[in-house]
Amino acid sequence: MSDDTADYTADEMMTVTAARTLRDQMTCFVGIGLPSAAANLARATHAPGLVLIYESGTIGAKPGGLPLSIGDGILAQTADAVVSVPEIFNYWLQPGRIDLGFLGAAQIDKFGNINTTVIGEYAAPKIRLPGAGGAPEIASCCREVTVVLRQNLRAFTGRLDFITSVGFGDGPGTRQRLGLAGAGPQKIITDLGVLEPDDTCEFVLTGVYPGVSVRDVRARTGWELRVSPELAQIPAPGPAELTALRALQAKGA
Amino acid sequence: MAEIVSLTAAIGSAIHDGDTVAMEGFTHLIPHAAGREVIRQRRRGLTLVRMTPDVIYDQLIGAGCARKLVFSWGGNPGVGSLHRFRDAVENSWPGPLEIEEHSHAGMANRYVAGASGLPFAVLRGYAGTGLAGQPASIREITCPFTGEQLTAVSALRPDVTVIHAQRADRAGNVQFWGITGVQKEAVLAAQRSVVTVEEIVDELDPRPGAVVLPAWTVGYVAEVPGGAHPSYALDYSARDNDFYVAWDAISRDREAFTAWLEREVLA
Repeated sequence: MSDDTADYTADEMMTVTAARTLRDQMTCFVGIGLPSAAANLARATHAPGLVLIYESGTIGAKPGGLPLSIGDGILAQTADAVVSVPEIFNYWLQPGRIDLGFLGAAQIDKFGNINTTVIGEYAAPKIRLPGAGGAPEIASCCREVTVVLRQNLRAFTGRLDFITSVGFGDGPGTRQRLGLAGAGPQKIITDLGVLEPDDTCEFVLTGVYPGVSVRDVRARTGWELRVSPELAQIPAPGPAELTALRALQAKGA
Repeated sequence: MAEIVSLTAAIGSAIHDGDTVAMEGFTHLIPHAAGREVIRQRRRGLTLVRMTPDVIYDQLIGAGCARKLVFSWGGNPGVGSLHRFRDAVENSWPGPLEIEEHSHAGMANRYVAGASGLPFAVLRGYAGTGLAGQPASIREITCPFTGEQLTAVSALRPDVTVIHAQRADRAGNVQFWGITGVQKEAVLAAQRSVVTVEEIVDELDPRPGAVVLPAWTVGYVAEVPGGAHPSYALDYSARDNDFYVAWDAISRDREAFTAWLEREVLA
């Protein structure tokens, strides 16, 4: 990266990019970490009516800063409604009421399938990861999904060690065959740029950040990455975006 | 009918070696004091059930209480790995740990089935995932009305469920509010139950969104102020986020963990 873009971090660039994709009045199922930061940034800037839903059962939470966990008291105290865990999954997520789900991943493949379970063999894992949580049903039931993760060869792999959450399976038609109601992953936002699925359900590079080349992205992708003919140059975070994000982080919950 | 007893007596009476034990509380109201008491009483061979094993089960696993873990998300929320859980799965320390893993939606529905007296629950879930290949608890099922392919998950019926609540009255009626998680279902699914509470009061005045478990659905009630720490009890205590962060270093190293266990739990 050049010097004039050195005053923000890769995480800030990712968070701002993710926040920009959110529209006012959307309903958004968010996890802790970068997704929560992005959703709260959007709510603090261009999307004040964004409805944040956490799997702890808090619907319409309005934290003033960033909570450390999905069950922080501030989420319950500021929510429009607090429901039980069976209810949040059965009544709210499962029927497809929620517009967008945000997911992280340890590994992702070119069809947007996600592994958050193990690295290595399941029975004798090299690294035991946390596992599924709410992700499989967020991936199948939300109207669409955005995946946020850092791009490197370990994460962007040709073959997943385990399928925790289904993106497009092995290509067109898989979601319909499995009966998955939502449209699946529509964006992967990384620390280099943005990937979106083409009509073969394969993720292709559609945008890069300032100072990032296509070669940089290909060098950190474990499959033959294709590039959209309309590759976008994604603008750096603006002062208003960075100020709002840093204020949220400084406040904590 | 609920008996109001000490925490030591409640755990001593309710939990036996080899039991299947669920300690629930979704980030909020996690029954940490009860978990430490199980460690102190040196229970062994437990099957531990919990959606998010969290720091509470990291402690029980590291202390050698568990034979098997049934769960859906095993991380330190907002921090990273559960190192004792990982050490058990990756290196069988302090002993091998059998695992049975689900998604949150699957676990929540398994408790609902248990509470409902049904052998299974139905959901849209698991299709196409690596989790689906566990025939003991996950099967495909055909809707008898529409022919649609759905997923059945077997009921959870713990021997004992342990929860923490804000309050109980002197008859043992239990009340909790805020994020209420899956605790009602977990208690109603279990054969026995232990509820620790912040305080025992003369009368339970209504609270918005509160869950009340009538005394006749509860086994033992013990007054344990601060019993959720480092988790929290809304309107009584705040989540000790610093402890969750500190746990990463304590739990990462076997010796540091063992020293913590001796100093903070067993001493």
